[in-house]
Amino acid sequence: MKYRIAMAAILALTMQAASAQDKPAAAVPAGQKDATTLEFEKFRTQMEQEGNPAELFELQGEEFWKAKRGPKNVALTASCDLGLGVGVVKGAYVQMPRYFADAGKVMDAERRIVWCMVEKQGYKFDDLARRPFAGDNYTPEQTSLVTYVAAQSANMKFAVPLKDPHVREVYEIGKEVVAYRAGPYDFSCNTCHGADGKRIRMQNLPNLGTPQGALSAVLGWPGYRMTGSVMLTHQWRMSDCFRQQRFPQPKYASDTITALLTYMTANANGHMYKGLGIKR
Amino acid sequence: MNNISRISLLAAALLTLVAAAHADGDYRAQALSMMKQDFVTKGQASADRISEDGLQAICNRTGNKPPPEIAHRLEADQLAGVKLPADGKLLGDWKSGEQIAQSGRGFTWTDAPGLPVGGNCYNCHQIAPKETSFGTVGPSLFQFGKLRGNTAEMQKYVYSKIYNAKSFNLCSAMPRFGHIGALTEKQIKDLVGLLMDPESPVNK
Repeated sequence: MKYRIAMAAILALTMQAASAQDKPAAAVPAGQKDATTLEFEKFRTQMEQEGNPAELFELQGEEFWKAKRGPKNVALTASCDLGLGVGVVKGAYVQMPRYFADAGKVMDAERRIVWCMVEKQGYKFDDLARRPFAGDNYTPEQTSLVTYVAAQSANMKFAVPLKDPHVREVYEIGKEVVAYRAGPYDFSCNTCHGADGKRIRMQNLPNLGTPQGALSAVLGWPGYRMTGSVMLTHQWRMSDCFRQQRFPQPKYASDTITALLTYMTANANGHMYKGLGIKR
Repeated sequence: MNNISRISLLAAALLTLVAAAHADGDYRAQALSMMKQDFVTKGQASADRISEDGLQAICNRTGNKPPPEIAHRLEADQLAGVKLPADGKLLGDWKSGEQIAQSGRGFTWTDAPGLPVGGNCYNCHQIAPKETSFGTVGPSLFQFGKLRGNTAEMQKYVYSKIYNAKSFNLCSAMPRFGHIGALTEKQIKDLVGLLMDPESPVNK
């Protein structure tokens, strides 16, 4: 039922955004999960051709990027360096996480954008971190910004600068985070994501230690999620993994999340980023 | 085994491992102190969950492959902590067991705190043939009782395995459902029923 509602919601969105001509694939009977997966894949392909709802957030993010905003009334395009020079967005997403000397930290895209919003525009970090991910009828501004920046790296190859010793160190730490077992169920990331060909229920589990596995884990983020009709970032995905791992909650834009994203993204180095995703 | 000898055993095991520590240890130490900074309590998922217990520490430091001698001694230690039902009856209601096996609820920061929680079984195992949405992190349990025999000894093994999977494989991926107080005695019995009862669809 939820699936049908989400499909209807997306259809409505798409008609507005891209005047879709064809109806989406008919909803499948409950219980046939393989069939549902197939239907979803078909639907996703169709959405990608006709206009991913994520593009609406990309447009919003572009406005936020270019407008003078925040207590300091400064535009990010005139102040924020994502690693390739102030205001340069093309190719920036696939070359993060990277080391930023001005912050003295390795940062992933979302963390860097938040850093710029705080340092350049004068926003308060605590305000940005209070509700950092999308929920009912709410999308944080930084989510739209990440969506815009990520879209400008579509069809470019991941190239996390692992030769930088700062980045290499964080990569190695990320590798340890992925292997770390704790909590009531003794789970690490690797309990589910450390071997090839595993599933939870019908969900395939990418092996983060392999290039192909890491690639399938980083592709599709940021993505528009049909369940709940929300735009979500890779930071969100990491947080929700820890929830399912029965861990406590990672702080927003923390070193641990950057370390994980460094490990995963660098393992996908050399492979193509396909752009904004659509998730179930 | 009493507490003191358990602790000394653990200490001996840790010391052995420290001697074998290598360069990874620096990154691991950094990862650990970083994670202690970076996690906060949310709902029932308290921040102290980020600390490893003794068994987790050994598995973390050996890439889940502790030296066999240490593993066997610590497995025996885990097994010694398994509390078997006082009434000696291990074969519960397989229908109830099926429901427990289906549920993945419990212990996340969005779950209501407290018991009962689900067994998460289908997340990782094939069990009854009717459920086609099953995971493959663990082995298939289809026809478990039929293949192994519904003996008292096998029932005891299944009960103990669910109670504390680490009793038989120190760094098993499977949680210690009884040891941590997640599944109750009745729930574990019902799961034994699901796997062992000749009437259970698992064994048809």
